[in-house]
Amino acid sequence: MPEPAIAHAHQFESAEQQRDADTLGMWTFLATEVLFFGGLIMCYTFGRFSYPQAFEAASHHLYVGYGGPNTAILLCSSFTMALAVRSAQLGRRKALVGFLIATILFGLGFLVVKGFEYHTDYVEQLVPRWRFHWEGADAGHAELFFWLYFVLTGLHAIHVTIGVGLLTVVAILGWRGRITAENHMTAEITGLYWHFVDIVWVFLFPLLYLIGHR
Amino acid sequence: MNNEPENYLSEHSVRSWLLTTDHKRIGILYLLSILVYFAVAAVAAALMRLTLLNPTGDLVLPETYNKLFTLHGVLMVWFFLIPSIPAVLGNFVIPMMIGARDVAFPKLNLLSWYLFNIGGLCVLYAVVVGGVDTGWTFYTPYSTTYANGHVVTMIMGVFIAGFGSILTGLNFIVTIHKMRAPGLTWFRLPLFIWSLYSTSLILVLATPVLAITLLAIAVERLWGVGIFDPNLGGDPVLFQHMFWFYSHPAVYIMILPGMGVISEVIPCFSRKRIFGYHFVAFSSIAIAVVGFSVWGHHMFVSSQSVYAAMVFSVLSFIVAVPSAIKVFNWTATLYKGSISYDTPMLYAFGFIGLFTIGGLTGLFLASIAVDVHLHDTYFVVAHFHYIMVGGMVLSFMGGLHYWWPKITGRMYPEIMGRIAALVTFIGFNLTFFPQFLLGYLGQPRRYHAYPPEFQVFHVLSTAGASILGIGYLMPLLYFVWSLKYGQRAPANPWKATGLEWQTPSPPPSENFHETPIVTEEPYDYHPEADELPPEPQHA
Amino acid sequence: MSHTIVPLKTYATIFVLLMVLLGLTVGVAYLDLGALNLAAAMAIAVAKAILIILFFMHIRYGRKLTWVFAGAGFFWLAILLVLAMTDYATR
Repeated sequence: MPEPAIAHAHQFESAEQQRDADTLGMWTFLATEVLFFGGLIMCYTFGRFSYPQAFEAASHHLYVGYGGPNTAILLCSSFTMALAVRSAQLGRRKALVGFLIATILFGLGFLVVKGFEYHTDYVEQLVPRWRFHWEGADAGHAELFFWLYFVLTGLHAIHVTIGVGLLTVVAILGWRGRITAENHMTAEITGLYWHFVDIVWVFLFPLLYLIGHR
Repeated sequence: MNNEPENYLSEHSVRSWLLTTDHKRIGILYLLSILVYFAVAAVAAALMRLTLLNPTGDLVLPETYNKLFTLHGVLMVWFFLIPSIPAVLGNFVIPMMIGARDVAFPKLNLLSWYLFNIGGLCVLYAVVVGGVDTGWTFYTPYSTTYANGHVVTMIMGVFIAGFGSILTGLNFIVTIHKMRAPGLTWFRLPLFIWSLYSTSLILVLATPVLAITLLAIAVERLWGVGIFDPNLGGDPVLFQHMFWFYSHPAVYIMILPGMGVISEVIPCFSRKRIFGYHFVAFSSIAIAVVGFSVWGHHMFVSSQSVYAAMVFSVLSFIVAVPSAIKVFNWTATLYKGSISYDTPMLYAFGFIGLFTIGGLTGLFLASIAVDVHLHDTYFVVAHFHYIMVGGMVLSFMGGLHYWWPKITGRMYPEIMGRIAALVTFIGFNLTFFPQFLLGYLGQPRRYHAYPPEFQVFHVLSTAGASILGIGYLMPLLYFVWSLKYGQRAPANPWKATGLEWQTPSPPPSENFHETPIVTEEPYDYHPEADELPPEPQHA
Repeated sequence: MSHTIVPLKTYATIFVLLMVLLGLTVGVAYLDLGALNLAAAMAIAVAKAILIILFFMHIRYGRKLTWVFAGAGFFWLAILLVLAMTDYATR
């Protein structure tokens, strides 16, 4: 069934050193992602601070009916991801693959919902410059909000897509028995990436959909 | 190059170079790449200096002049200085200094080199198809709305290369944390490692903000709408906040590694333990951290709030302190040392003097009232060239000479080395000191034409630039010469401390035949007890 | 660190907590709390993030150094936001 535990890479002294290095490496990468999205959060902070009414009015044009369920979907996907990594730690191949597939399906579900939502935004003329119509004052400021909305959620969706791709690769590796209890770091660090993508959305949801009160 | 015992250079095929994961080879690949970009950027500088010989500045079209200084800035900052010491010397030396076989993620290391060059090719392509005239700072709304040209292409080049930077920093951080040899505690590490660790913090934390800022410009150009557009209520100054949040720490990327080299060279060539090791180590971290909080000093005249400006001004004064601490410690190291004037040490002396001048002039610029007059003048240009060329380039040259025997197994010709160092020092000062005067007298930067009474300063500066060029050309020639004809180097030609000198020159592929174990404090030099390093053979 | 196997019950509890917090996020948005709407929404988001980081991302069971790395990105983002907003807030 699974291969014998893989020895550590040549530059390391031990498998434990390699595991520690992999973990630190992924967390360092996630720190860069915090600052990458963070730059856009800076832009958002400027916009919301400068134009609070326009941003609130614009935010109310987004549907909690899309954003709320999508948040729930991603939280579920984090749950199944954690269970997948746990299965890897326990050497349970079928459970690992099963939970990975569940995570992938949740990820794809998120993207499908997002697709429908973007279509709705297009129909309702909320796409800056290309199809934008705003009733009321502060059209420019509202357009800024929607620029931020599309760029933030678009960038996030790209990260979800990449995550789905990575998870597919990990699922294939898992199916082939290449992920074992002794050698499960691939699953673990992919999981870290996936959880981060979830955390980004956990912040984007209230910042974009729930400004002020409804 | 070498037909002796197996070493990391033995395998000759192209494939073994282009698909290498050996940190030593990757360091050399980076060296070759940055030389190409440096050459292009130097040609741009030469054309600028030739144009500025005449007050009418009509050697090239005004728009061409703008494209030249943009190219010069983009290439020198992102494709020469930022990678120089970290990706060349850092890649080569860090694993060896800590007793490791390689960095933590060798394949990511190779990927970083490819990303770097894909980015570089994008930038060169943008130049070939017409160029960009926004300045390396890409200020909005010019870059987003009004600039013609290939802004998006050039920006994408910098964006892609930026990921190379991030990978390098990530690799160094994990390597230094996790792969030190047994007994090598943090406070036994060479100060070069502390400097590069601090540099890596900046690479990893600042570069992503540059990436998103550049992406925002590209989106705004392509989509026709964006957060920096004043017509929508967007703010062009927001761009400046985000750009300088990266670009100020970036200048510390462009000096900290140089300081690390100096901290290695000075103890070695004074045969004396460094003075105040802990102060120097902590000052590197302090510069990296505090350096993130000063960016607004680039924006004193941008319509930024005066209260914010005062905060940034105070913090800018504070960030000068750790740098000054280093200069005091290096100087104290020299005191009662047994000093020799080998080429690396000459560059180190040049560094200390020129960096000090550059740093002090930074304080003038950090004073808001003074900066109002000096902003966007040649004073600023002189200030940062004193640090980046007088500091970083000189320390890069010093480090290259210092580690050349280890990297290649050959000695460079010492007399030529000393002459080149002197020529560089003289050429540099003649080029840039007049620019302090020009700026003080009111000449703005990025202008191709100027009032005739300033011509004498420009002529001196251009003359200096030609001499500086010779100073750069000489090492290029004798380094290449040394590869075939240089005296073969022993493992430790400088009798230096440090693990990298405990292995042959050039080193075997896996660096050490056995993992070293460290029991001693760093810089265990004794000026009285030691004999001087053997006089290097003259060419 | 990666040898700690988190019990199923812990993961399930955290998941339920996260869903409850999500409900709270939406619920609070339908109340008029003025300036507190933002504070509440952010506090709940931070709570969710902390739960995910500590339990799903195993920080609770990991080395202290990893805690520092995990926090560093957010701390540095705070520098950008705070100092830049001192400009906008005092113009």
